[in-house]
Amino acid sequence: MTLAADQRSFMPALRRFRRSHEFWLLVVVIVFCLGLGLATDSFLTLQNLFDLLTSNAFVGILAAGLLVVLVAGGIDISFTATASVAQYVALSLALSYGLGWFAIFAIAGAVGVVCGLINAIFITKLRISSIIVSIATLNIFYGLLIFFSGGKYITSLPKYFRDGVWWFEYDDAAGVPYALNLQILVLAIVFLCTWLLLNRTNVGRQIYAMGGNKDAAQRLGFQVFRLNCLVYGYLGLIAGVASLVQAQLAQSVTPTVLVGKELDVLAAVVLGGASLAGGVGTVLGTILGVALLAILQNGLVLVGVSSYWSQLFVGLIILVAVSITAWSERRRRQSKAIN
Amino acid sequence: MSADTRTARNVSLLTRIGRGGPVTVLSLVLLALLLIFGLLLGDQLFSVGALQSMAFQLPELGILSLAMMVALLSGGLNLSIIATANLCALTMAYVLTHHVPGAEGFMWGAWQVMAVLAGIAVATAIGLLNGAVIAYLGVSPILATLGTMTMCKGLSIGLTRGNVISGFPDPIVFLGNGVIGGVPVAMIIFLALCAPVAVLLNKSPFGHKIYMIGSNEKATRYSGVDTRRVTLKVYVLSSLLAVAAALVMMARFNSANASYGESYLLVTILAAVLGGVDPFGGFGKVGGLMMALILLQVISSAFNLLNFSPFLTVAIWGALIIGVTALAVLREGLGGLRR
Repeated sequence: MTLAADQRSFMPALRRFRRSHEFWLLVVVIVFCLGLGLATDSFLTLQNLFDLLTSNAFVGILAAGLLVVLVAGGIDISFTATASVAQYVALSLALSYGLGWFAIFAIAGAVGVVCGLINAIFITKLRISSIIVSIATLNIFYGLLIFFSGGKYITSLPKYFRDGVWWFEYDDAAGVPYALNLQILVLAIVFLCTWLLLNRTNVGRQIYAMGGNKDAAQRLGFQVFRLNCLVYGYLGLIAGVASLVQAQLAQSVTPTVLVGKELDVLAAVVLGGASLAGGVGTVLGTILGVALLAILQNGLVLVGVSSYWSQLFVGLIILVAVSITAWSERRRRQSKAIN
Repeated sequence: MSADTRTARNVSLLTRIGRGGPVTVLSLVLLALLLIFGLLLGDQLFSVGALQSMAFQLPELGILSLAMMVALLSGGLNLSIIATANLCALTMAYVLTHHVPGAEGFMWGAWQVMAVLAGIAVATAIGLLNGAVIAYLGVSPILATLGTMTMCKGLSIGLTRGNVISGFPDPIVFLGNGVIGGVPVAMIIFLALCAPVAVLLNKSPFGHKIYMIGSNEKATRYSGVDTRRVTLKVYVLSSLLAVAAALVMMARFNSANASYGESYLLVTILAAVLGGVDPFGGFGKVGGLMMALILLQVISSAFNLLNFSPFLTVAIWGALIIGVTALAVLREGLGGLRR
């Protein structure tokens, strides 16, 4: 579906885009933005958009990783536990041994990859459904982390880490500074890498093919185990990187704060059009899915709705979106059957 | 769900291990564990107090697991059970703490029945919503129930602002804390629910249809079963079991809140799968689930007596399901590993 065919001309591609899930999502996001821009003075300000991007970077980064697993036809909900473990290990070691940027990202990424590979091995070798494996590993990783760390916070992070990244500073008329911070930088890199992986590499095509029909992919000679190691390892890597982004924003490490967010990330990816059956999903859709939920929650607060109610609206949006998608899918199939 | 365990689809997890089925296998594991814990703890584990406290703790997870199980058997999943239970508990709590006619007498008793009926009404509405979206719109059960979960929780948080409603009449509190002939009332409620659910699943036409839909929905539809109607009923049944769990939970804590018991959500899936329920539907018995629950409870109580962290218990639960499956693969011989 999303295998972008060679673009002989611009118009057919545009026409195809107009029928896609992403197009309607984009329309909804733009309508939301315009509506909020008209209804409030504060939504379409650089300040608000900057904060919105920074505070949702963690969910966005994880969403990109989860997208790859969903496209491959699997599911993984252990990534929040993976992130907690990676964060804790990397920053504890950084404090003990005075490590720098490169080392902490390498350690967090490595811990994430190991956790991801554990998932991949269990899923492929034991042939249990990926949802069961990842529920089990979520509990194992998280349980062991809390057991060994005692649930203690780390608040005194290294100075360079607390300062983060602050490139290309720009001050607006009121003197408020903006810059490219760690959150936005990593978010952009991760989305770019995921797009390249899925759309511009041979492996990316194989991931779509395996998600579309695993048995056929296996008969064609695809190495299902290797592909699984790649996708779950990739999500693990992303979870490790995302965990540092979150720790930098929170300015502390709390082992208990990340677990429980896995279904929020799943909701964002699914809103973006990825299918749990595999083989379907795009990076653009995922970006829009994350954006829609972020803008919705931000907008409700700006309009003056108490933040206690925001979850109700998020639930409604998810339910309506998945219903519309399923309904239109069903009608398309029926009209095809008639013709 | 995902496609990666199609190969294991026709055989439920535990029946692969031994010829005796899940109950035999889990009994053996349980005996081994009792032996180890017995040696470590002596009589502590088997004292009347310890057994009674186990019987107090088991029903909450037990009833919630039953609610998850009926959805799993039909090839679905119900992520909204905890949110449903909490919303129903809050509804019942609201009725019980407002406009109570007197402190005793007929009207007072009738009002409590009214409260329970209100909870059942809310549960039925949520069940119908889940069922309708899944059966008639064709949304995947994970996504539909993820939406209703978020919505129900959002409604609970919005209405209570995250606060607790507490202080219920004695008869309600008795349901969670009372003892009849040494057996906790909550345990009696759990057993009283297990029996009819087991009969419904194994002896009634409705039960057979659930198993058939879980095995092969299309074939069931073509053989003249109104699969949509059955699916709708499955989610209503799941919701009704959740309201029973709500009653036990609120009675035990003498309070209700929007986020009680959330850590149970994924554990209910583990318990059901450990008890021999096929995560893709079609296979599984109430007896297996009960054995799995006893096993989990024994581990949890023994660890508690050994002063281990409860988080370690959760990790062991996760490891247990992977270990049991690994056993199954090893028994099948190395042929299974070479795939």
